[in-house]
Amino acid sequence: MTIIFDGLAAGMLLFLISVGLSVTLGLMNFVNLAHGAFAMLGGYTCALLLSRLGVPFLLAVPAAAATAALAGVILERTLYRRLYAATHLDQVLFSIGLIFMAISTAHYFFGATQQPIVLPEFLKGQINLPGLDVGIYRLFLIGVGLVLAAGLQWMVSHTNFGAQLRAAVDNPRAARGLGINVDRVFTLTFALGSGLAGLGGALGIEMLGLDPGFPVKYIVYFLIVVAVGGSGNIKGSLLAALMLGVFDVAGKYYLPQVGAFVIYAVMVVMLIVRPQGLFGRSAAK
Amino acid sequence: MTPAKLDLSPLRRAAAWRPAEYAFWLLPVAAFFLFPKSLALLSQIAITALFCLSLDLILGYAGIVSLGHAAFFGLGAYAAGLMAKYGWGDPLLGLAGAAVMAAAAGFLTSFLVLRGTDLTRLMVTLGVSMMLYEAANKLTDFTGGVDGLQGVDIQPVLGMFSFDLYGKTAYWYSVAILFVMFWLARRLVHSPFGLSLRGIRQNVGRMPAIGAPVNARLVAAYTIGAAYAGIAGALLTQTTQFVSLDVMAFSRSAELLLILVLGGTGSLYGALIGTMVFMAAHHFLSDINPQYWQFWLGAALVLIVLFARDGIMGLLRKLSTRARTSS
Repeated sequence: MTIIFDGLAAGMLLFLISVGLSVTLGLMNFVNLAHGAFAMLGGYTCALLLSRLGVPFLLAVPAAAATAALAGVILERTLYRRLYAATHLDQVLFSIGLIFMAISTAHYFFGATQQPIVLPEFLKGQINLPGLDVGIYRLFLIGVGLVLAAGLQWMVSHTNFGAQLRAAVDNPRAARGLGINVDRVFTLTFALGSGLAGLGGALGIEMLGLDPGFPVKYIVYFLIVVAVGGSGNIKGSLLAALMLGVFDVAGKYYLPQVGAFVIYAVMVVMLIVRPQGLFGRSAAK
Repeated sequence: MTPAKLDLSPLRRAAAWRPAEYAFWLLPVAAFFLFPKSLALLSQIAITALFCLSLDLILGYAGIVSLGHAAFFGLGAYAAGLMAKYGWGDPLLGLAGAAVMAAAAGFLTSFLVLRGTDLTRLMVTLGVSMMLYEAANKLTDFTGGVDGLQGVDIQPVLGMFSFDLYGKTAYWYSVAILFVMFWLARRLVHSPFGLSLRGIRQNVGRMPAIGAPVNARLVAAYTIGAAYAGIAGALLTQTTQFVSLDVMAFSRSAELLLILVLGGTGSLYGALIGTMVFMAAHHFLSDINPQYWQFWLGAALVLIVLFARDGIMGLLRKLSTRARTSS
């Protein structure tokens, strides 16, 4: 039970980080492999605010998300938007370039070691139920994840902005004709995705760790979430991330000799059998 | 009724060797005498060039994007290493074994790669290579895991030239294999098969209409590309007498893509020139500071994608047309 619970918490983190990728990849059709770099930025911002400036945890995390979102806006405005129409290969190369730059920058400023993090008192400790040890921080993660997932789902399906986003994605030209500022919608969406990644990175230091190799280490996990969940699908991403989290934690616990092999195999099989994702809309293209 | 006679002379002319190409292949000979102290590096360049050539075949000609090409490189490296460890230490036999291994894997995975769009291909190739990486990592009895495969004992090339301490044999051996494989690749891309690959890349919808079996051609191209990569991997094993786990790492695949794009895709020479420039830059810049190097590597990639999509070969082509028009 404890393993399932830990898996769910890890899954929530994966969801937070990859939902932004799901949007850029699925809705805006941009292969942004550098997505993990935004998560890393959030993580370092958070770690820095906590350890050097003594900012309280609950303030440092939103600040980390805001920093990542800001970086997202700047990069989208200056670089990413030039490549919306480029081939996937170009986008991949471009984002690999960004990853390399992010990794070496992180290395330069923080060194290769894992960043330690001290959680505030009220998030430490465990609640012991019969047969189940619940880490309070894990509980906190799951709560945050659920709230955000519900919020996102509501935003996409019920707000004006969500409608504009869906319109801009389905048919940018017609959306422009209707007076929707497509560029602005894309920029905001990109910022939102990067911000969420930053948030996930900040919250995830305790579970996923934080070192300069972060963007490469977890890129496959993010891609799996998108591939399995169906791109641009919030509910699907959530379920896929939770499944992945549980399988990963359970696999590492029960079958350490197999390691991550199963996860990769599942992704390949998924892509072959259902390219649109487990819960995807079949007419995504 | 006789079929219309096609004028094939432009194709024949394109397939003929140009003087600049002969000059280019004098470079490895010149390098041997100019830099006798850095033969190890030069061998590495030759091996990476062969590896890059294999990616050029599948990406530049067949148009299949791959983020996991190192899988075949690694397979070849391990195949040659294991063969040598268990008594078949003849280098050429090792190359053949590696090529067969990698080609078989390429053939099998090509069916996965055929399906889907660029995006699916990227993820599938990445997934396959990560699976192999994990497998090599966990099968420690077999591959040595993170410690690497040791005890690789390579016999002399052709029974005559043993691998010496200075790397002379290793160098000539790598360059000779590179040249032979390049020559074959050059024949291949100018053959009707190669032309049909180009056709598929440029307009996949039209090729079936003129009777070209698209999927069969792509499978063949992917398999050949995998075999090339396997040979490159085997060369690395044989010249270093060691296999480390990072032959299959993601960073190797990513770096390879970068080299190819730096040199320019779809011209074979782009792969070779890109490798030379990249490896030389790596050698000198990473001496200064490895982190510094990685940063500029990333920056270069971003700039290439934004401004110089055709790489060095594109630049050279532009210069040569300008020279011709001005004179």
